[in-house]
Amino acid sequence: MRFTLKIWRQKNAQDPGHFETYEVDNVPAEASFLEMLDILNEKLIREGKEPVAFDHDCREGICGSCGLFINGRAHGPLPNVTTCRLYMRHFRDGETITIEPFRAKPFPVIRDLVVDRSALDRIIQAGGYVSVNTGSAPDANSLPIPKPVADKAFEYAACIGCGACVAACKNASAMLFTAAKVAHLSLLPQGQAERRPRVLKMVAQMDKEGFGHCTNTGACAVECPAKVPLTAIATLQREFLRATLLPDPYAD
Amino acid sequence: MSTTTIENPVTTTSSVITWREGEPITNNKVPGEDLSTRWARHKDSLRLVAPHNKRKLEIIVVGAGLAGASAAASLGELGYQVKVFVYHNSPRRAHSIAAQGGINAAKNYRNDGDSVWRLFYDTIKGGDFRARESNVYRLAEVSVKIIDHCVAQGIPFAREYGGLLDTRSFGGAQLMRTFYVRGQTGQQLLLGAYAALQRQVALGNAKVYHNHEVLDIVVEEGRARGVIVRNLITGEIHRVAAHAVVLATGGYGNVYYLSTNAKLSNATATWRAYRRGAYFANPSFVQIHPTCIPQSGEYQSKLTLMSESLRNDGRVWVPRKPGDPRPPHQIPEEERWYYLEEWYPSYGNLVPRDIASRAAKRVCDMGYGVGPTGRAVYLDFSDAIRRLGREVIYQRYGNLFEMYEEITGESPWETPMRIYPAVHYTMGGLWVDYNLMTNIEGLYAIGEANFSDHGANRLGASALMQGLADGYFILPYTIGDYLATQLFVKLSTETAAFEDAERETKARIERVLSGKGTHTVDEFHRALGKILWDHCGLARNASGLIQAIQQVRELRERYYKEVRVPGTGSEFNQNLEKALRVADFMELAELMIIDAYHRNESCGCHLREEYQTPEGEPLRNDQEYAYVAAWEWKGEQEPPVLHKEPLVFEFVKPTTRSYK
Repeated sequence: MRFTLKIWRQKNAQDPGHFETYEVDNVPAEASFLEMLDILNEKLIREGKEPVAFDHDCREGICGSCGLFINGRAHGPLPNVTTCRLYMRHFRDGETITIEPFRAKPFPVIRDLVVDRSALDRIIQAGGYVSVNTGSAPDANSLPIPKPVADKAFEYAACIGCGACVAACKNASAMLFTAAKVAHLSLLPQGQAERRPRVLKMVAQMDKEGFGHCTNTGACAVECPAKVPLTAIATLQREFLRATLLPDPYAD
Repeated sequence: MSTTTIENPVTTTSSVITWREGEPITNNKVPGEDLSTRWARHKDSLRLVAPHNKRKLEIIVVGAGLAGASAAASLGELGYQVKVFVYHNSPRRAHSIAAQGGINAAKNYRNDGDSVWRLFYDTIKGGDFRARESNVYRLAEVSVKIIDHCVAQGIPFAREYGGLLDTRSFGGAQLMRTFYVRGQTGQQLLLGAYAALQRQVALGNAKVYHNHEVLDIVVEEGRARGVIVRNLITGEIHRVAAHAVVLATGGYGNVYYLSTNAKLSNATATWRAYRRGAYFANPSFVQIHPTCIPQSGEYQSKLTLMSESLRNDGRVWVPRKPGDPRPPHQIPEEERWYYLEEWYPSYGNLVPRDIASRAAKRVCDMGYGVGPTGRAVYLDFSDAIRRLGREVIYQRYGNLFEMYEEITGESPWETPMRIYPAVHYTMGGLWVDYNLMTNIEGLYAIGEANFSDHGANRLGASALMQGLADGYFILPYTIGDYLATQLFVKLSTETAAFEDAERETKARIERVLSGKGTHTVDEFHRALGKILWDHCGLARNASGLIQAIQQVRELRERYYKEVRVPGTGSEFNQNLEKALRVADFMELAELMIIDAYHRNESCGCHLREEYQTPEGEPLRNDQEYAYVAAWEWKGEQEPPVLHKEPLVFEFVKPTTRSYK
């Protein structure tokens, strides 16, 4: 297969950046999108040009490293799949493909298609955990958790932290990311002790990082490769209201 | 030759592959107690550091996979000052995240007769009696606490309807001791450790440097004193000092180019530690995983694993007629050869990985392979779907079926999967003592980066167990014993050792950048991978290994002349990162070949074709090879020195490993 690629090139955070057009030929239909970029990069290197920088690692859809904005969609034309799990057979031979980085103010461009997503780590730092020190846990079966609850918590915990939800959102909101963690932990008995401060701190950090507000368009859940359901956001809203409107049961 | 340690004359039979034998390793710090109380007694004997002093001690942790993140979090909780370096853009991306199937623990929740002893025995037998008894026993012992801790972190393990934890079977065990989170166990365990680490970051006990790659280890007077790191965004080189350095940098399966490892996984930190004097143990012990999606073309950048858990319900077969052109569903039952069930009736499809991989190779070599290349076998779920229904199978393997279909365009609901072995895990790694310390004082290696627990073959669902055992429950105890001696050491990066390491690192960068050739790094990497896969993969023999080492040397020679790495060192340059890693892989490949050549026996993953039974089962030689081969670097032009650590079996009797 043959493609014309319009790719965002940007040397570093200071550079304004621009699109460049490349032709790539003899791409097998079985190649993944990233393997197509590998083919392009090999060609560029042989021609003495600088290859296109893009993030990737596991190439099986779980590490959350890759993230390209392809033809105006986060992770490309298919719903609920990472860029690395997108295959060239999903494109038309001869098609022009536009490739950009995930765009959001809290995701500054590092180079070309690589962005800094450490803002998401800082949201987790604000409270996306159960405060349990190693060595202090009771026996794993001492606290039964109904299977449907564990399964639901897993659906939320499955988030891979790729940031597609932010890129897909017209407000660049990190709501689905934040909500996935809040919903996961608020469902489980282990998450109860810190339920209230967790949601308040994580939402505050999300705002501080400069992510936009959620207007419930649901664009995030369409792209989310981990298929985190939109109910996460409803849960976060409920948790937030509960924490702000109801009196703190543990306050003096 | 100008070497310092005591060496015997050259002990090789080939003039191409040479090494020398050094002193055996006698002090592995294993205490002399009864096996079941060894770890408890040992912990009681370790020195402690008081809380107010822990704050004064700095520890560098390199890598934040299961081992690194769990160690960093636990060390932070203890009050040490922890600096974590990861080359990823976040500590949540390490390749542990991709582990699918599960984590073993001797909980015996099933009432099926499991115990610490049985997990220990299965693991040591699974490793074909090439692991240290004491380490493996301790691993089995702490396995139960890992599950407790992970549940307390809020990891949503699979559960039964009664609300208690579910388990399933894995290869090499006749018990159901594998805990899991659908097909994403590694992800969930890693996110648990990652969250625990982020909590320590928030508390100010740990600092994570993302996009920072460690390019050298600084050793002063036999002690690890820090690292040289490159900021991958700006290209700046930094010196970082600490009271101890922990390498949790994973395995080196990517030396083969095609593997199930993530693309960035590399050997640089462990290899550089080796070049600074740390012993590298059993480098040729590489696990080749039986159930991966077969390669389809040259362009392919990696191989995708299909979890071993699939062998719980999937049956492996090939057509009884070689080259049978019919699609699988048209081949009647009696014309299907369930070769694993026939050859290994007591374990059936759940034989350990090395055995399943070799069997797949054997039937394909015999011409029974399927698919366009003839290098694949079927993994068929139709029986299980009939027996259990779609819903149950979906619950167990839904995401794996989807992944398979996405990649191949074929649905495992309709047609059997096609699978073939692929490089997956490295049992070899830095040599460590019972305290997980390398032979360099203050330098630790944990998780896949060390060699310690899996012998010549790792059982499924044991990598997650080992990574977390090392990080949560072993290192936090043992490192204190060393740090207690370092309390009054003032750290400085203005020393000759730091200066040298920084200069040498910069020279390495310059060297790969100066190549003015026309070949890409990947071209060299692919060529290297092919040499190793052909001669140091599923089967090895002396003449193939001799050929391989010559080819690797030639390739390495050409690399610096003919490679082209665009850009500079003072910017974000992914191709430069790759070039440095491949340069180290080339050196490592040589040591792997030497190790495979020197071990004149077959054991676990290491099948030397000269040493096998007529049925193709490995022939172990306990008389001569019941030892860990720990290699010491002696310089560019010098052969490596082999230190043998004898494997003493006090509690189990090495037997012929049979799964028949």
